[in-house]
Amino acid sequence: MKDRKITLSHGAGGKLSHDLIEEFFLPCFDNALLRALDDSAVIPVQSQRLAFTTDSYVVKPLFFPGGDIGRLAICGTVNDLAMAGARPLGLTASFILEEGLSLEDLTQVLASMKGAALEAGVHVVAGDTKVVEHGAAEGLYITTAGIGAIPDGVVIGSAQAKPGDVIMVSGPLGDHEIAVLMARGEFSLQGEVESDCAPLNGLVEAMLKACPAIHSLRDPTRGGLATVLWEIANASKVGVVVEEGAVPIRDQVKGVCDLLGFDPYYLANEGRLVAFVPEKEAKAVLKAMQKHPLGKEATVIGKVTLENPGKVLLHTPIGGHRLLEPLSGEQFPRIC
Amino acid sequence: MCLGIPGKIVAITENQLAVVDFNGVRREVSLMLCPELEVGDYCLVHVGFAMQRLDPAEAQETMELLDQFLEASGESS
Amino acid sequence: MNPHKNQDEGKLASRLLQEITALADSPMRLMEVCGTHTVAIFRSGIRSMLPSGVELISGPGCPVCVTPAGEIDRAIALSRREGMILATFGDLMRVPGSSSSLQEERATGKDIRVILSPLDAVKIAEENPDKTVCFFGVGFETTSPAIAAAVMEARRRGCANFSLLSSQRLIPPAMRALLSAGKVNIDGFILPGHVSVVIGKAPYCFLAEEFGLPGVITGFEPLDILEGIYLLLRQRKEGRTEIEIQYSRVVQEEGNPRARGIMGEVFAPVDARWRGLGTIPQSGLMLRDGFSQMDAAQAFDLPYEEIEEPPGCLCGEVLQGLVRPPECSLFGTRCTPEDPVGPCMVSTEGSCAAYYKYGRGDEG
Repeated sequence: MKDRKITLSHGAGGKLSHDLIEEFFLPCFDNALLRALDDSAVIPVQSQRLAFTTDSYVVKPLFFPGGDIGRLAICGTVNDLAMAGARPLGLTASFILEEGLSLEDLTQVLASMKGAALEAGVHVVAGDTKVVEHGAAEGLYITTAGIGAIPDGVVIGSAQAKPGDVIMVSGPLGDHEIAVLMARGEFSLQGEVESDCAPLNGLVEAMLKACPAIHSLRDPTRGGLATVLWEIANASKVGVVVEEGAVPIRDQVKGVCDLLGFDPYYLANEGRLVAFVPEKEAKAVLKAMQKHPLGKEATVIGKVTLENPGKVLLHTPIGGHRLLEPLSGEQFPRIC
Repeated sequence: MCLGIPGKIVAITENQLAVVDFNGVRREVSLMLCPELEVGDYCLVHVGFAMQRLDPAEAQETMELLDQFLEASGESS
Repeated sequence: MNPHKNQDEGKLASRLLQEITALADSPMRLMEVCGTHTVAIFRSGIRSMLPSGVELISGPGCPVCVTPAGEIDRAIALSRREGMILATFGDLMRVPGSSSSLQEERATGKDIRVILSPLDAVKIAEENPDKTVCFFGVGFETTSPAIAAAVMEARRRGCANFSLLSSQRLIPPAMRALLSAGKVNIDGFILPGHVSVVIGKAPYCFLAEEFGLPGVITGFEPLDILEGIYLLLRQRKEGRTEIEIQYSRVVQEEGNPRARGIMGEVFAPVDARWRGLGTIPQSGLMLRDGFSQMDAAQAFDLPYEEIEEPPGCLCGEVLQGLVRPPECSLFGTRCTPEDPVGPCMVSTEGSCAAYYKYGRGDEG
């Protein structure tokens, strides 16, 4: 199996394609809807409102400490749905396979997806595979879509934040981006940072149980915490104040940021969320988060104000303040 | 114009290279500019080179002196 | 490693600020020479806490900001050569040349690599014997000894395919030029802590002796900077004009003689152009004769073309401390970090970028 590779014939739509799906994809995503192998999955829905999302995954390298492209694809899509307060109903996954991709790697990615889907309690109900020539896709690209049901009465969005809201994060920030960066080996850094990649729908469910009226939920992926806070401040036309000393960042992540001159507020996370919670419910929500395995290190980092709408102000440990702007362009390592 | 990061030397390999620990993350650092450094020393690192020995005891002492001075200054004003 | 971590940062900071406020009964204008200080001062929140009597002005110590567009163009020209790998620090990737940037060139397929250390460039040369590897080296005295050491290492390893495009500069000559021009109005200097790790105290003595200005060699943690400002104000109160070392945990009076020695073995001072400041005598570094075969500018016959600054761009005045970034009409309108006109906005530690990213919260 080690030497078996994807070839262009696997993408031709004939028997080899069928065999690929039977041998590799079906066993990982086995569920009644997918087994039907129809052109579409049909899902009964009772909710008035559906959350609907799509995403593409092009991460390099495919495998990194704490996860891989497969786990990322499932968690990322589930999390997009969860940030709307939705219960995931089903995902789709389309695969663009590069000719030459080893079937062993493919198997590992699919197994990861199976594991993540199990954790999230969600099924992949439809999929597609295409094969492109060597060099046209770095091993593997995955595109997903996800659909979820939003419970009645839950209205969560970037424009829902209100002055007085308490802002909390579910855990330390930056682990994912730093884990991937170190796995790329570009800067010869050695350390033990693992991606935080995880499906957050269970955590969100626990939080909503404590307070159905949560105002905003975002997972700080590309662009990091700063960008998400800025987007909410602007969509809701409120001010955001963050206590720098309260933002949890692991020592190793800080160490890498120091070495590269990176700002940890812009790092991508794939298993963390930021919540804007009405003041009265904050304590209960925080408690609910801390009880959940993915929220054990949850903590309050700031609050929403009436002043300075659209701006994110950071209170620094020495008692001063400065602006926290959204990410502008790629962060390059710097020496100055 | 210079990011200088403090780190601790955890190993010295050949060719004047050392492994330096920065908060749990490690990278190879050249000792060409500071060959007298030893395992266990703290140093300031810039662009992959140790630039100078960093004395944590002295640093702590300086801080305490400042603290005391300000305390005295506050009392006398 | 940060000695301040065991103290109550907030408490010490407010005490230092109390002292600073008490001493700033008449205005004191201080120049922070170093771009890393500009950023640290903003990020720590110090700018938001200083009394109005203390004015901080940014200086020319941003190596990326002072690299003329023509030198960026030369690096771009090099990267376009067949079989060339250009290695450089991340700081340079987005700096605009006359018509492109290294980031844009990389997007069109040129082999341009971001490295953390000049030794990484030597490694790339060793691993790619069939390619030419050029290291585009920018920096001040903090970085030049490391670049010199890498040049020596390249020679030791026999990397005939390694070359250096040197765009390195020296701080004290720039400070002298600034003061001699007589246009800037400064009462004291927050001196660059890491440049001083290499050069020590002596090269700054002319500030006190010839221009009657005090300087404090300062570290980069928030409490370091507050202490540096406090020491400058205290000098004024006590009628002293000296060069002091606040950053004593790494800066020795004599600096790092070995680092200077290695730098001197490989490089010789030369007149150099500074973007926005013109040519400053003996303010740059070039490879000595013994290493000249590694000089990319010579080896690849790279012509230098002086590029006019874009109209309205006040980077030159900002670098000289004559104008604050918000006073430039392009600031925040035509010139932003996403779409910069001049280098002060695109460099991560350019004054304009720092003001834009961290400082606009204070404008109400």
